[in-house]
Formats: sequence, structure tokens, C-alpha cells
Amino acid sequence: MRENKSMKVKLECQNLSFSYQQNKVIKDISLSFEAGQMIGLIGPNGAGKSTLLNLLMGLTPPAEGKVLLNERPLKSYARREIARHISLVPQNVSIGYAFTVREIVAMGRNPHLGSFKPESNQDLELIEQALCKTDLINMQNRRVDQLSGGERQRVFIARALAQQTPLLLMDEPTASLDLCHQLDILTLLSNLAEEGHLVITAIHDLELASRFCHRLILLSQGTVTADGKAEEVLTQTNLKQYFSIEARVELESKDAGGIRVTALHACSK
Amino acid sequence: MSAYKRSSFVFILLPVILLVLMTASLFQGPAHIAMGKITAILSHQLGWPIANDELRPWMQNVLLDVRMPRTLVGALAGACLAICGAVMQGMFRNPLASPSILGVSSGASLGAVVALYLGLASISIWTLPLFASAGACLTLLLVYRIASQRGHIAMGTLLLAGIAIAALNTATTSFILSLSLNNWEVGRMIVYWTMGGLEGRTWDHVSLLAPVAIAGTALLLVFSRNLDALLLGEVHAASVGVDVIRTRRHLLIITAIMVGITISVCGGIGFIGLVVPHILRLILGPHHRYLLPASAFGGAICLLGADLLLRSIAPEKMIPLGVVTAMLGAPFFLFLLIKKRWSVQI
Repeated sequence: MRENKSMKVKLECQNLSFSYQQNKVIKDISLSFEAGQMIGLIGPNGAGKSTLLNLLMGLTPPAEGKVLLNERPLKSYARREIARHISLVPQNVSIGYAFTVREIVAMGRNPHLGSFKPESNQDLELIEQALCKTDLINMQNRRVDQLSGGERQRVFIARALAQQTPLLLMDEPTASLDLCHQLDILTLLSNLAEEGHLVITAIHDLELASRFCHRLILLSQGTVTADGKAEEVLTQTNLKQYFSIEARVELESKDAGGIRVTALHACSK
Repeated sequence: MSAYKRSSFVFILLPVILLVLMTASLFQGPAHIAMGKITAILSHQLGWPIANDELRPWMQNVLLDVRMPRTLVGALAGACLAICGAVMQGMFRNPLASPSILGVSSGASLGAVVALYLGLASISIWTLPLFASAGACLTLLLVYRIASQRGHIAMGTLLLAGIAIAALNTATTSFILSLSLNNWEVGRMIVYWTMGGLEGRTWDHVSLLAPVAIAGTALLLVFSRNLDALLLGEVHAASVGVDVIRTRRHLLIITAIMVGITISVCGGIGFIGLVVPHILRLILGPHHRYLLPASAFGGAICLLGADLLLRSIAPEKMIPLGVVTAMLGAPFFLFLLIKKRWSVQI
């Protein structure tokens, strides 16, 4: 890979807080992430997963605390510089614009290019690779507004891949994908982590999270309530307390290598 | 036709049409000057040796000091309005955004009318444009501040604030006009000016507008890639390295100055900034690196075309140019709207 030198990325947040008006959605979160891991952010709706990702990307300034990228405050980076280190795939990008798949994926090269500089052969190759890895190469000239939700989601994942950042933030990347593409994308992300990227993804599917992530972080009402390996986080007590479900939790057989969570019924809080 | 072919076709066609219209605009007028004479005068000006004896001085005056500046001011003003419209629609991701709907045009008018009313316009040729740009900038700033929170823009609020402030600007303009009615000279100047037009524009106007139009267009083109990314939303744009707040601020300032100067030179001319980018977007797609230059050409063509129409159909009636652009632009826009009813997009 080309950008191996900047590959060893380190992301940290210290005492992060954030509120929408009076509503405190992130409360005093301190975490640190090392390269080479795939980290799953789990938690019920409204736990603050997306907000945390936005804060880590520097999209919104925190009310308190700070984010450190490679031991330097994120605030001190220019936007372009951040985009060469971190790419974020937002949840449900709605688009009614007549861009083609390829054009959007090519936007991933923007932070590496000047205003008028055309893509070099290397850029074109990276775009091509990203299209192949996300199974989009055959529809690269289709208009994005004519794709299905799942295909569109893959386009934005491909855009993040083309961006070639050591750090990838994903907000529910598998939310509208079919099973086959869910597995494809998660395998792709965990391979990237093996190669030395840092991948942080919000994810709802607990079983898939347990299979693919090295570390799970359970958020609830803006605080970290559990942090560790899947079997430490996905316990019956945690599921009951934070997801409000009565569930059966079983260790899967070796070949699947995850945890099976069978939700039995919702429990009243 | 592929997008590439289509855009090369458009970029051959538009300059040709513009050249034809500019020539026609030089040719059209109450005094007849033959095409041969026009070429002779122009070549003479460019320093080519020409048998000078057949050229009458008045022809030279009419052509060089009346028709030429008028033509250039028209083309430059149209280009500015249309490219600013395209940029505003792109950066706010809203098909309705345009200098007139966001109140920028009326802000510029108000600034200019204030300058006229206070009698400052006669001090220097720079006062009117200065006031107009200040009015445009203030209005846009105000609308933007109302609609944005922590750098995020609420689209509904943006348009509503634009409409409300435009109404306020127009009302204030009318108020000042009513105050000045007992001073017939000032009142007439204001009325004449607010209706917009290219009558009696001189080289002073060209030298005011040309640098702004050229520099502004060049600056806006630098933002093409960022505008493309902004179309997909603030989060996406930031994720590929666009500093959304700063980019918007720069674009706001550039467009406000361009619109302010344009309006100070040719008065309130509506609809070009709204209609032209939409038509071109249907042909070229959303890519700003094509859309922005094409809009500049398209705007120049529309404004010159409207002016030419007005001069050739009713030269003695003095119909204001703004009336023609709106009367032609609005129905055409409605036609497009009905034809593509559900797919109007940026």
C-alpha cells in the first residue's frame, strides 16, 4: 500500500461531552483506539453512536474535552488534512443528483488533489480498486439516484476506500445491505484492519459485530457502559440493562466464531 | 449522447451563439451602420491599416461609445447573474436559491437607491456600486446568519428568511422612493434605475464590471470540486476534506460582491440567475466544472438576447430590460417545471 508511512494511526478522545440544546447526548467519554483493530460501536437507538462518530471526525466541536489524532488535537488540523487521515461514511445519504457511481467514488481523491489537478493514473487505479472491492465495477457508469439503498451505501463505502485513509469511521455501513453484501463489506473492513487500518463502525447487528470486531464499545445514554471483547460486552445482564431485551446468549461454534444472541422478548424498563 | 459529447457540443455552441448575438447587438440600432463599416471600424481600432476615408466620425462614436459598452455590459452582467445563481443553488443544495429569492438582488437595489436618494451617486462612479455591494453583502450575511446554526443550514429557514428580507428590502426601497417623489429628478432616477436596463451604459461601467466579472468567475471556478461534494450534503463534503463553513463563507462573499456590482451597473434584472443554471443542468448534469462556465455563457446570451429583442421590437418604447427577462424567463421556467414535474433537481 502506498500510504504505509502514515498508516500507524492513533485516535484518542478525552472527557468528550456534547449536547444538542439542553439535551446532553455525549457525557464525559474517554477512549483510545490503536491501529490494526476493527471496533464496533453498539448501543440502543439514541445512545449517541452517530454523534460520537461525528465528534471523532471533527464535524462538530465538542462542548468539553478533546479529540487527539496522532497525539495532536484534531482542532489544529485543517479539514483537508483530516480528510487525508479519516474518512467517514454517514448513515443514509439521500441523493437526487445525477452523479454516476464512479464520479462519487472519485470524490474520495479530492483531499489528495488540487482544485484543477486532474486525477493521475495512480488515482484512477485507486478508484478502480475501490470499485472492484465493493462489487460496483459493473455499475460504475450508472446514475447514483437510480440505485437501490444498499447499492448506494456501497458507493459511499467505496468512496471512503478510494480516500485511502488509515482511519475509517462507518455509521451503520451494513444497515441496508443484503446478507451477502453485509458479509462482503464486513470482511472487507476487517481485512483493512488486519492490514493496519483503524476501523470504527457503529453497528446494530450484535451477532455480526461479535464475529467481525476485535473490540466492542457499548454506549448507552451518552456514556460508555461496557468496553472489551465481544463475550465480555454481550452478556445477558448488559443486554437486559441497556437494550431492554431478555436474551439468550451462546458462544458460536469455531467456524462462525461469534456470539449468538437470541432476543426472546422485550422487557419493560 | 454521452455526457462528454454533450458537454463538448454545448461548449462549442454557446460561444458561437454569444458571438453572433454580440455582433447583432453591435449592428442593431436606430442609426444604420453597415456590417462592412463595423468590421472596418473594429479592425481600425485593433491597429490594422484600413482605408480610413469612408468612415464617418459619428459612426465610430456610435459604435465604440454607445453600442460596444452596452453589448459588453449586457454580456458581463448576464454572465455574473447566471454563474452566481448556479453557485447559490449548488452550495445551498436548493433549486430555488438565486440572487433574487435570497434577497441579494433587492439588497443591492436598496443599497443603490439609498446612494441615489442621498445624492451620493454623483460624487464618484464608485459610490453606487459600493452601496449596492454593501446592500447585497449585508442581506446575504443576514439571511445566512438567520438560517445557520453551528455552520449547518436549515434550507426552509434560508428560503423563508430570504423571502422575508427581500420583502423588507423592497418595501424600504419603495418607502425611499415615496420620500423622493417631491424631488422629481431623484425620483425619476430611482424609478428608472430600479427597472433595470442597459441604456446609456458607458466604458466606465464596463471597466467597473469587467474586472469583477472575470476575477469572480475565475475564483468561483476554483470551487467547482467543493461544490460537487457539497451537493451530497455537509457530512459527505466535510468527509472528503471540504471545510464547509469556510467554503460557504467565501462563496457568499464572492457572489454577493458580483451580484452587487452587476445590479449597480444595470439595475434590477431578475430570473436570469434562476432559469439559466436550471436549463443547463438538464443538459450537462450537476458537474460544476462544466455547469459554471456554461452558465456564464448562457447568462450572457440570455441577457443580450433579451436586450436585442427589446431594441429591435420596440426601440421607441423604452421597455425596461428586467421586464423582458422576467416575462420570457418565467413562462419558460414554468414550462420546464411542468415537463419535468417530479424530477427538478440540482
